[in-house]
Amino acid sequence: MNRIGPVLWTFHALFALFMLAPLVMVVLVAFTDKGFIALPFDGASLRWFRAIATNSDFVDAFWRSVWLGVAAATGATLLSVPAGMAIAWYRFPGREAILGLMLSPLMVPHIVLGIALLRFFTQLGVQGTIGGLAFAHAVLVVPFVLRLVIAAATGFDRSIAQAAESLGASRWTVFRRVELPLLMPGVAGGWLIAFINSFDELTMSVFVASPATQTLPVKMYHHIVHTIDPLLASISTVLIVLTLVLMLALDRLYGLDRILAGKT
Amino acid sequence: MSTAARGAPYWLSSPAALVMLALVAVPLLLTLSLSFYEFDPAKGVKETFTWANYLSVLTDEYYHEIFLRSAWLALLTTLICIVIGVPEAYVLSQLPQRWRAVFIVIVLGPMLISVVVRTLGWAVLLGSEGVINNGLRALGMIDAPVRMMFTFGGVLVALVHVLVPFMVLAVWTSLQKLDPATEHAAESLGASRATVLWRIVLPQVIPGILSGGLIVFALAASAFATPSIMGGRRLKVVPTTAYDEFLSALNWPLGAAIAVLLLVAVLAITLGINRLVERRFRQVFQ
Repeated sequence: MNRIGPVLWTFHALFALFMLAPLVMVVLVAFTDKGFIALPFDGASLRWFRAIATNSDFVDAFWRSVWLGVAAATGATLLSVPAGMAIAWYRFPGREAILGLMLSPLMVPHIVLGIALLRFFTQLGVQGTIGGLAFAHAVLVVPFVLRLVIAAATGFDRSIAQAAESLGASRWTVFRRVELPLLMPGVAGGWLIAFINSFDELTMSVFVASPATQTLPVKMYHHIVHTIDPLLASISTVLIVLTLVLMLALDRLYGLDRILAGKT
Repeated sequence: MSTAARGAPYWLSSPAALVMLALVAVPLLLTLSLSFYEFDPAKGVKETFTWANYLSVLTDEYYHEIFLRSAWLALLTTLICIVIGVPEAYVLSQLPQRWRAVFIVIVLGPMLISVVVRTLGWAVLLGSEGVINNGLRALGMIDAPVRMMFTFGGVLVALVHVLVPFMVLAVWTSLQKLDPATEHAAESLGASRATVLWRIVLPQVIPGILSGGLIVFALAASAFATPSIMGGRRLKVVPTTAYDEFLSALNWPLGAAIAVLLLVAVLAITLGINRLVERRFRQVFQ
């Protein structure tokens, strides 16, 4: 059954080209042997990939972003799992307010959050610290985890937990042996989206990070504003390849469309 | 219900609620108060109440131009994302399973790649020594490079690229809820393919288009990285202006006032349209 006419097919091809073109360009210019960005270039070389290793501040920023993502996603998960259970399973006064509060980072532009946290952290005297950055990132990704936890908990048959309790299991045992395993797909998916969002975050981090605690996107941003050189293209290529590998793995595990649905 | 069970939702949700209160609500209130402080270029921030920051933004034509540019950029980005994102979502929904997986990676996958990387791609394409200019020159179609970086058009193209996956995803989600029987019914009653798309499919995905549109609009109005890299210092928008006031001019109260105005504008527009639309299309949402 082919319901798509030639016009839509042409449109679809152009759309795919539009989406791919800038990423393909970044990968291509990364292989130049010149000291500047130019396409087409004469000689291909790996010099800009070798250059990554000698720019240890970019490598440091990469690992800082990775650990920050792990910390933020884990923190957000620890906060969101109990809160998500409460919101999905109980009707209590203040429920709507707590839900709204926890989803608020989606409504407030990151630039405004960044400014607000810069002001707040400066007053507390923790501006620019990696701990402040970790808290900021955790708050930012709470909504992503919370939504998947609520979705998982809403489709959960509460009679299983009641059965376990009536057979003498303690509240903690019920949570650990019955509820958590059933919520796990939502929790794991939420953690992953949270990690990705934290790793890619730029706008808020530009305000909250200090020169000593720059994340990879912040470091790349400051570099691009100053000069666009092939080093940035080779770093971007590494990121594109890593993302592609992650995407294929996620697709096998979850189905990519389900993961991406949580990104918005 | 026992007292313990009645307390349960509170002790489950209070750690999260307290952290969010401390790190979102309190900082936002502090920013609001900061925006009413006085700024003295020589002495810095003075803790005296003044409307001066808001007055200077609301009366200065320099800021009018920046706010108008941001509004116009967000509106155009949203319209273009609707025009190209809706048909693309439809094509995706009609593709055979195997091809769909490939094109989901191509169309939606870039969402997982950093905005900085994607904007760099557009800088490589649109720069005066970039791929498009060099290509056109090699073909002999132009003599001097066409300026595309640091133009409104350049920012717009890159921003559409960054945000259109949100639109495709929103529309695609509502297409999946569609009952194919409605299309078959219309076709068996003699409707043409175009009529089916226009009269049967489109009205049913309007909620998806609207929610996608609101997301794209809010993100475009508050986008920082893409306008900053593609537009440079000459083409300022509201977020880059707030950034400059904070980190270059160090006029924190003015920067805070701009941030508050941006927040209020984005919330008023998105919540307002949401309210309006829910009333207008009540039957579609049920």
